[in-house]
Amino acid sequence: MADVTARPGPGTDAAPDGTRRTTSTADRASGPAAVPAGRSRRPLAPRWRTRLEIAFFVTPALALLVLFVVVPVVQAGHYSLYKWNGLGPMDDFVGLANYVKALGDDVFTGALRHNLTIIVLSIVIQLPLGLAIALLLNREMRGRSALRVIIFVPYVLAEVVAGVVWFMLLQPGGVVDSMFEAVGLGNLTQLWLGDPDVALYTVMFVLTWKYLGLAVILFLAGLQGVPPDLHEAAQIDGASWWQVQRKVTVPLLGPTIRTWGFLSMIGSLQLFDMVWILTKGGPADSTMTMATYLISRGTERSQYGYGSAVAVLLFVFSLVLALLYQRLILRRDTHDAPSRKKVK
Amino acid sequence: MSATTTTHTTASQEAAPRARRRRRAGVNTGGGPLVYAAALVVAAMTLGPVLYAVLGGFRSNAQLTSDPVGLPDPWVLTNYTNVLTSSQFWQLALNSSVIAIITTALVSVFGVMAAYPLARYVFKGRDALFLVFTLGLLFPLTVAIIPLFLMVRDLNLSNTFWGVALPQAAFALPMTVVILRPFLAALPKELEEAAMLDGTSRIGFFWRILLPLSGPALVTVGVLAFVGSWNAYLLPLLVLNDPAAQTLPLGVATFSSEHAQDTAGVLAFTSLAMIPALVFFLAMQKRIVNGLQGAVKG
Repeated sequence: MADVTARPGPGTDAAPDGTRRTTSTADRASGPAAVPAGRSRRPLAPRWRTRLEIAFFVTPALALLVLFVVVPVVQAGHYSLYKWNGLGPMDDFVGLANYVKALGDDVFTGALRHNLTIIVLSIVIQLPLGLAIALLLNREMRGRSALRVIIFVPYVLAEVVAGVVWFMLLQPGGVVDSMFEAVGLGNLTQLWLGDPDVALYTVMFVLTWKYLGLAVILFLAGLQGVPPDLHEAAQIDGASWWQVQRKVTVPLLGPTIRTWGFLSMIGSLQLFDMVWILTKGGPADSTMTMATYLISRGTERSQYGYGSAVAVLLFVFSLVLALLYQRLILRRDTHDAPSRKKVK
Repeated sequence: MSATTTTHTTASQEAAPRARRRRRAGVNTGGGPLVYAAALVVAAMTLGPVLYAVLGGFRSNAQLTSDPVGLPDPWVLTNYTNVLTSSQFWQLALNSSVIAIITTALVSVFGVMAAYPLARYVFKGRDALFLVFTLGLLFPLTVAIIPLFLMVRDLNLSNTFWGVALPQAAFALPMTVVILRPFLAALPKELEEAAMLDGTSRIGFFWRILLPLSGPALVTVGVLAFVGSWNAYLLPLLVLNDPAAQTLPLGVATFSSEHAQDTAGVLAFTSLAMIPALVFFLAMQKRIVNGLQGAVKG
């Protein structure tokens, strides 16, 4: 950061200090007119000026980032080592006791398990469904553009709004129950949000309703990048529609699918709003996620030290999963990054 | 009909085989009734709950209890008029708008400013600086929520717009910079050189040339920030306790638990809360998708 200079032209990357100084002196002395028209020479502002410019442009964003992201994140790490209710001085140092307590709490490990279940189920359910709908919408059919908008509706709704509506639909004797009765499956109705064995899957269903549109829209955008020539070539070779999709389209969608999988995973790990509205983590903690656990213990019971330890654990698990995903799945994409850009 | 077909086939040699192929494999054609049936099911499943909420708002509670799935009969307007004439709803909408606008403005202005030197200056520490922003992507707001909540309280920003907008903007910045930097870097260097030769300073170049040219990318990051802020729940939940300062998602949640018996009223309230956002976000759908893709592809 100390050695700030204006961007040198092409070919001057390796220029030693001397060149730079000469150029800037020349600039100051005689102005742009004296600068040769060559590609590699441009008028360069004095160093201190460039430095000021960079500072001027970067400081506001950097200050905001440091104050409201870096500092709180570091503080979370700090708080997590104390037993603290947020009011008095933070002087009850407990070391890693908060972490030990969290990892030993069945409710927290249950929450972690629920998060993992949601990650897996999201991908297992939404990937095939999303692909099917995207392929369907990629055909030239009537009402296609309307359908594309419709499928995006749940995604743009606030999770809270969607949650409130589904909460009412799922009430005992509500719309969902009467739908089941209408088709003669009345005996299958459940306490959708009240039965600990069912609630997590109900939440999962609502999440699928809410986020399927994202998968479809991203896949559709990816499909636009699949050159139609490939379809035609495959068809000339006698491939059926189904074969074309399976052997040509879906493999070419690989990067989009992996990208979506990453987004979906990160979202599942931080899941809070929908659960808080539908069940608050209940009944009997059966839908507790790490984030709802963090809020219910951290802020609702004013255990700020303990809550911070949970936050750090949430971060560590997310980081580990993100790195694993990067390593095992996304790595393929970075290898052929240039072609990926083109496909997009 | 036959005339057009003939002209088509004779006009371009390519058209003929393509038409034949289409017929054979049905790739670009509508497909059978099965496809339409599937599409219809998808549309119904997707829109059903939304329509239920909107139509339910036009029914009375008695109608809703006697037949959960029915059309309004007769149509009742009082649920909607009650919400629309209550100052509470407008207050919530105003709060949501102000917070979303502040967040969007902060994110767009600070984001494009930071992305400019990161994209177009060469200086020592540039990569390190960019790394700071990309690392920011790793930290979701949830992780920092407890210190943030306490910090906002200590700064006396609880129940203020800034108490929500500043942290939200800070957490949206990394994504913004990551989207904007490659966009700004891709603008041709010749533009900058020409501007410099004409005697423009870098700051002048930023204002007069770069900003107007980066309009589309700015709209994308702006829409993403706006959507995020408008739909946010966790941070407002902790920072805004005063009902007069709350946003629409908080208001919807509170209203639905306080008026749990008045299903029709809750449905009307929820519907009205989602309509402006739906209209705006669907109009901006392309931008949102672009942003989401750009964010991950970087």
